[in-house]
Amino acid sequence: MAVDTVLWSKWLTGLTLAFHAIFATVGVGVPLMIAIAEFIGIRKKDPHYTLMAKRWTRGFVISVAVGVVTGTAIALQLSLVWPNFMQLAGNVIALPLFMEVFAFFFEAIFLGIYMYTWDRFRNPYIHWLLTIPIVAGASMSAFFITTVNGFMNQPEGFTFENGHFTAVNPLQAMFNAATASKVFHVLSSAYLTGAALLAGIAAFTMLRKGVSAYYTKALKLMMVVVLLFGLLNTLAGDVSAKFLAEHQPEKLAAAEWHFETESGADLIFLGWLNAEQQIVGAIQIPKALSFLAFGDFNAEVTGLEEFPLDERPPLLVHYLFDFMAGIGFVILGVALLYFLFLFWKKRNELNKWMLRAIALTAPLAFLGVEMGWLYAEIGRQPWIVRGYMRVEEAATSSPSVRILFFVFLLLYVVLGMMCAIILRRLFRNKPADEELEKLMKEKRLHAIEMGESV
Amino acid sequence: MISYELIGISVLWLFLYGYLIVASIDFGSGFFAFYARLTKQDHLINRLISRYLSPVWEITNVFLVFFFVGIVGFFPDTAYYYGSALLVPGSIAIILLAIRGSFYAFENYGSKDNIVYLFLYGASGLLIPASLSVALTLSEGGFIIANGESVNLDYMALFTSPLSWMIVILAIVSVLFISGTFLAFYASRAEDAPALRLMRKFALFWSTPTIIAALTAFIYLSQHNERHYQNMMDLWWLLALSVSFFMLAMWLLYKGRRYGLAFISVMLQFFCAFFAYGIGHYPYILDPYISIQSGATHESMGVALVAAFIGGLCLLIPSIILVFKLFLFNVDYVKGKK
Repeated sequence: MAVDTVLWSKWLTGLTLAFHAIFATVGVGVPLMIAIAEFIGIRKKDPHYTLMAKRWTRGFVISVAVGVVTGTAIALQLSLVWPNFMQLAGNVIALPLFMEVFAFFFEAIFLGIYMYTWDRFRNPYIHWLLTIPIVAGASMSAFFITTVNGFMNQPEGFTFENGHFTAVNPLQAMFNAATASKVFHVLSSAYLTGAALLAGIAAFTMLRKGVSAYYTKALKLMMVVVLLFGLLNTLAGDVSAKFLAEHQPEKLAAAEWHFETESGADLIFLGWLNAEQQIVGAIQIPKALSFLAFGDFNAEVTGLEEFPLDERPPLLVHYLFDFMAGIGFVILGVALLYFLFLFWKKRNELNKWMLRAIALTAPLAFLGVEMGWLYAEIGRQPWIVRGYMRVEEAATSSPSVRILFFVFLLLYVVLGMMCAIILRRLFRNKPADEELEKLMKEKRLHAIEMGESV
Repeated sequence: MISYELIGISVLWLFLYGYLIVASIDFGSGFFAFYARLTKQDHLINRLISRYLSPVWEITNVFLVFFFVGIVGFFPDTAYYYGSALLVPGSIAIILLAIRGSFYAFENYGSKDNIVYLFLYGASGLLIPASLSVALTLSEGGFIIANGESVNLDYMALFTSPLSWMIVILAIVSVLFISGTFLAFYASRAEDAPALRLMRKFALFWSTPTIIAALTAFIYLSQHNERHYQNMMDLWWLLALSVSFFMLAMWLLYKGRRYGLAFISVMLQFFCAFFAYGIGHYPYILDPYISIQSGATHESMGVALVAAFIGGLCLLIPSIILVFKLFLFNVDYVKGKK
């Protein structure tokens, strides 16, 4: 019975986080794209880019709304579903949780101002400046929350006495060993996903309605960002793997099905395990795991055998890890191909297959983010605070979580569907080119009025 | 030197008060918007309401998150007791907040004029204060029972307690009263005479139930938690102040002038009552399991939280002033010219 409750607690939290991760990633990634588009629009005096910023903002606020409510849900569920965890760890991680709310508050205020002040400043750069607190607030939220996740993996900044954390140092807990690599990976992947989403939408629209100047520009701008953050994100993934190899070897070993400690370890991609726990049908890259883990083909990589059976993460994480990393490389490859076609005049970078590939990167990017978070969470099992508290010790004892799982599932299905319907309705009857014409007409009218009054 | 836990709880209580005011305005507006649509008076007030709500809706939610993240941070034991006991009611509140927040955005930015969204928006506005007020009832003790390893909520006691129902009623009528007064003030600033007439009527209508519900809840409290009641009686001057502000607000609303002052009086009325209630609650956060002293986090964390709080306020207060200047107190914006 108790085990059952723990399981449903995991499912409920996992469900909320998986749903929230979509909107949180959009929330962190897209503001930067809006800021870039508006800036270029002002610099080049090109209304196409300004319109991009406007349209993206309009879609963005819808997703922010869902992000806010699911964020509220997870903030409350931390205490409701994991009361023992919060009672113990709250003493050490309250600071970043508290500051995350500040950062979000800051972002929300400026987003409100930004949306309603498009034409209120004479100098367009003043309106653009409003994007800075939005981008900074969103990224700081991601930073603070990621430090909490870092703490769960690498608890630091306290001494442990009689089942309690004492001599707490909140800053040391925040800047734990895992923080740097995690924050780097979370931010780079969020920016990558934000750009991939918008590039994907541009490609998808051109597939359906034909090539147009507005979408060509949007696609090119976003593909630049995809390429840049695709590269940075690959670097971040590499840094994270090296961090794991040193500080949390069981997590990397589980992801790589690396059972025995050895030097010159092979990297295993996909495959499956037979009844004797032997790897079958996998692609083995000789010595690559040692290189991934330590930057040296002959380095010794710790295997799972060195950890007690009840402290090993589930072996399922191998697939999560492989899909996450695979998706990262696929997106990078698509971006490289796009630029190859762009600069190689013989090829049309807007051909059907290229556009299809780009359109596909948008859902793939989100899938990659989900896989990454699932790996981060499941790879930490059986711990909720690594080395100090197990997941089953942290969960609520109330059996109601099972029903609540289904209630929340229904809620998220409804919210997700509504969000999609509203977004469709918002843009379906308002193609970009039509809107641009209207905008230009208004501007001309405005200019005439101004001219007359002078 | 005041102890950090006292600073902590004071700040949090102040935040909860802030939430009480902004959320009441928000919740009540939703209800009035729906009611006006139903009685075909929406042309009078709905534009006014959406004009105020549009820029501030996310801000309201953050006040609440602030409060509970703060209280769990300063007093981690609250996570254990309230968290364990409130799984179901807390989840219901989350769902209501989720419906409200997202459907507001859908209605506002997406499809205009959908009565179903407006109904969900309006109805959730009354159910949320009702469900959140349960936490206040629980803090009085007698409903949360800790035995050994587990903490449980005694639903039977909760649902049969006149105190808990009275607090729910008080929460709902207060929401409508605060919101009505604010919208009357906002309408008067916008110089929108028909909207002002309607909102003044709403404000006056909900004033009497508010004061009756408050007094009744107070009487039931005396039967439920003698200590809390006595502590509040010792703060009789705060309660007297609260009643005076209420009278002032009523007089101004009745006379139909100085709507700004009337709204400030209502804010002060609730401020006095809310703090009399809060100070009377001292030293317990959950009677009798968590007191301010026993439940507090370590000093280093407490100090860090207070420091973060001061730093955060230095960022937030100028930003909020900017919002107020641009939207709330910008006469052109309020009138709909911008």
